[in-house]
Amino acid sequence: MTDALLAGDLPLPPRPDYLRHGSTIASWLTTTDHKRIAILYAITITFFFFLGGAAVTAVRLELFEPNGWLLTSDTYNKLFSFHGIIMVWFFLVPSIPNTLGNFLLPLMIGAPDVAFPRLNLFSWYLTIAAGAFTVYALLAGGVDTGWTFYTPYSSMFSNSHVFAAAAGVFVVGFASIATGVNFIATTHMLRAPGMTWFRLPLFVWAIYATSLIMVLATPVLAISLLLVIAERVLGLPIFDPARGGDPILFQHLFWFYSHPAVYIMVLPAMGVVSEVIPCFARRRIFGYDFMVYAMLAIAGIGFFVWGHHMFVSGQSALASLVFSFLSFIIAVPSAIKVFNWTASLFRGQISFESPMLYSLGFVGLFTTGGLSGLFLASIPVDVHVTDTYFVVAHFHYIMVGGSVSAFFAGLHFWWPKVTGKLYPESWAKFAAILMYAGFNMTFLPQFFAGYLGMPRRYHTYPAEFQIYNVMSSAGAGVLAVAYLLPLGYLTWSLFYGGRAGNNPWAATGLEWTTTSPPPPKNFDRQPRVDRGPYEYHAEGMSAGTDAPEVQNARDIR
Amino acid sequence: MNSPFSLPEASTHAVTVDRIFYLLLVLSGATVVLVFGLILLFAVRYRRGSSAKRGPMPEFLRREFEIGWTLATLLSFVFLFWWAGSADLSSLAAPAGSLEIHVVAKQWMWKTQHPSGAREINALHVPLGQPVHLLMSSQDVIHSFFVPAFRVKQDVVPGRETDIWFQASKLGVFPLLCAEYCGTDHSVMRGKITVMRPEDYARWLVQQPEGDDLAHEGAKLFVSQGCSGCHAGSSNVHAPRLAGIYGRMVQLSDGRTVKADDGYIRDSILQPKRDVVAGYDAIMPSFKGLLDDGELQSLTAYIRSLAEEGSHD
Repeated sequence: MTDALLAGDLPLPPRPDYLRHGSTIASWLTTTDHKRIAILYAITITFFFFLGGAAVTAVRLELFEPNGWLLTSDTYNKLFSFHGIIMVWFFLVPSIPNTLGNFLLPLMIGAPDVAFPRLNLFSWYLTIAAGAFTVYALLAGGVDTGWTFYTPYSSMFSNSHVFAAAAGVFVVGFASIATGVNFIATTHMLRAPGMTWFRLPLFVWAIYATSLIMVLATPVLAISLLLVIAERVLGLPIFDPARGGDPILFQHLFWFYSHPAVYIMVLPAMGVVSEVIPCFARRRIFGYDFMVYAMLAIAGIGFFVWGHHMFVSGQSALASLVFSFLSFIIAVPSAIKVFNWTASLFRGQISFESPMLYSLGFVGLFTTGGLSGLFLASIPVDVHVTDTYFVVAHFHYIMVGGSVSAFFAGLHFWWPKVTGKLYPESWAKFAAILMYAGFNMTFLPQFFAGYLGMPRRYHTYPAEFQIYNVMSSAGAGVLAVAYLLPLGYLTWSLFYGGRAGNNPWAATGLEWTTTSPPPPKNFDRQPRVDRGPYEYHAEGMSAGTDAPEVQNARDIR
Repeated sequence: MNSPFSLPEASTHAVTVDRIFYLLLVLSGATVVLVFGLILLFAVRYRRGSSAKRGPMPEFLRREFEIGWTLATLLSFVFLFWWAGSADLSSLAAPAGSLEIHVVAKQWMWKTQHPSGAREINALHVPLGQPVHLLMSSQDVIHSFFVPAFRVKQDVVPGRETDIWFQASKLGVFPLLCAEYCGTDHSVMRGKITVMRPEDYARWLVQQPEGDDLAHEGAKLFVSQGCSGCHAGSSNVHAPRLAGIYGRMVQLSDGRTVKADDGYIRDSILQPKRDVVAGYDAIMPSFKGLLDDGELQSLTAYIRSLAEEGSHD
């Protein structure tokens, strides 16, 4: 018998991969295959990404002039609110977990599907329903509260469609919770034989930590929005100070969710980058266990720093000090991760394909964004720059520079596995570099504008800030091109791209041991695991010294 | 138009903030140089196929190394916290003898009132080198009083009084901005802070139209709203006398002791049943909804003025 026959490849009846397993619309809309649900999510969030992008395009165009030239104040306010609501809850929160996470989590732990496949599909339908509410809010005339829904403005003063928008966010929260529960159960119950906790790829750890936050924090968001609706629609005094309520209460509830939500958005990005960097550096990740503990620490401490959003709200000085201290502490595990990614490059055999470029872009932007976070943790400096463009720049560096770069890193890294196709690499490299440049052009000037005192959410602004806004808007144009490029060449690759092998990057990890695209139940044979996740070389060694031709060889495993 | 490239340090506080800011900038810059430098160095030196040494990892890159940089990061962050936190604590309370100015925010304007009773809209004149204490409240949504040149910002919240203080150190006109999103015209809710020499300020104040000062307005309200019916010395209702009460410690019926400050007086008018003074029945009605924020400030000022008169005796 030949080896192939022994391995069982030949006698198997031909079976279609998950993409060709059924081709009707119904086979997609009723699927319980986590890979197909990941595709449904990918289409959904792409739609929302460009919807939120369109809103902010109008905003950036308007800001070319200090006194406006295109929009009324109300329209402007509605557009930035819509941008925030869509981008946070309908793009960033579901982006990596629900697309890459959904697709990869079972593959990486050697499972045939997630623990609750139908709940998985239900959570997608919830996202669609929630999206419908939110888009309705836009079509009916918009909502102008900002994505933060601060009371008493949202509950008593705004004359816009707060109810529909809040209901949309309320419902999408349930999708988040369902997905979180599903991923936690999957990680606990469905690991393949030999896949111990400390053999899990860091991406799985990241998705696991993210899911914990989703399950624990999202209910608080649901409660706070429910209270806004109760006050607005039923007239129940919760936040109205004239009737015994407290408007600051809302901020505590809101940030109790929304600060951990930042980690919902950035932990999965850290997971993606921790997969990509070892692969293209041909190195074990430096300090695997520290990386795990750092992610768990971020997820845990992340629940206790919300008050740093409220240093000027009138909260007590003691509370501010405690929140400031914890905000500095949570920067430690983030710093550890940056050092470990950097150290993972040491004595590597580094190549610079597009996923690696996007990942290095992530490390650069995340480092910049993280360092600007230290300014915001320092109370006296925060008091000056909070609610200015400094904060806008800071969180875009983390959540857009960081998370979106990592999303594109993951998209390019696993694209051959997901679709079975290869994309044009030169275009992808160009887009990665353009994205890094465009991002910095857009958001670096905002740090300056913010420090000099330009408040956020300003439709018109003092003329001295025009230079920064023009730079920002011009950079946004470059960034928009960088975001549109992958849409073009990735779509092109679906039809004209070359066939991808099972393991085009010669990566470790169970997902690369199955076919590209994988079969409906992921693996033809039950995988068994007998090693750690990044064994690119022997323990205590550095990258191998094979000739580049051998290093670059496709499908060596 | 102000310079687009620099922000004046126009208050004593601004110098402190900038000192912390620049230290953070230096530290961040050093970290960026370190991290980006190492990434670039490794990217070039260990590019695929380069002849740089690979082989066994050096001994020192072990667990101790990782624990070392974790601790180093932790310690430097704790130091930053201590430094920034102590600067915050030392600037918390307004110094005694500050010029007290009342601010009322509403969609979309700033109303300010000087101790003499002079009022301004979207403008505030203050003397150079004298601490100015702002007592602020909002009539509708949350606003935020932001003067970039002074590096101060404080949310102005409906239903409570927040405060902030600064000491201007430069003459000139500085922008006042609303920093908390408050609706349609949020971005035009701006004003001007004019810092004048103390003698110019005094001259300016005299030229302002005659207005009753806050305490006099409060005295009228004290009668017209019926407060005097119980709290005046001649009343036969059993209610606390208010002369000299401001700033003193007050014994409550449930055993607690509180200081009779602005917040306490405001609470006692709006929620009289909450902190009942020992020896009195909880018979006072709430004035919630009957008085606006400006009137509450006037009444508080009147009660404070009673304390000052008492101390002259």
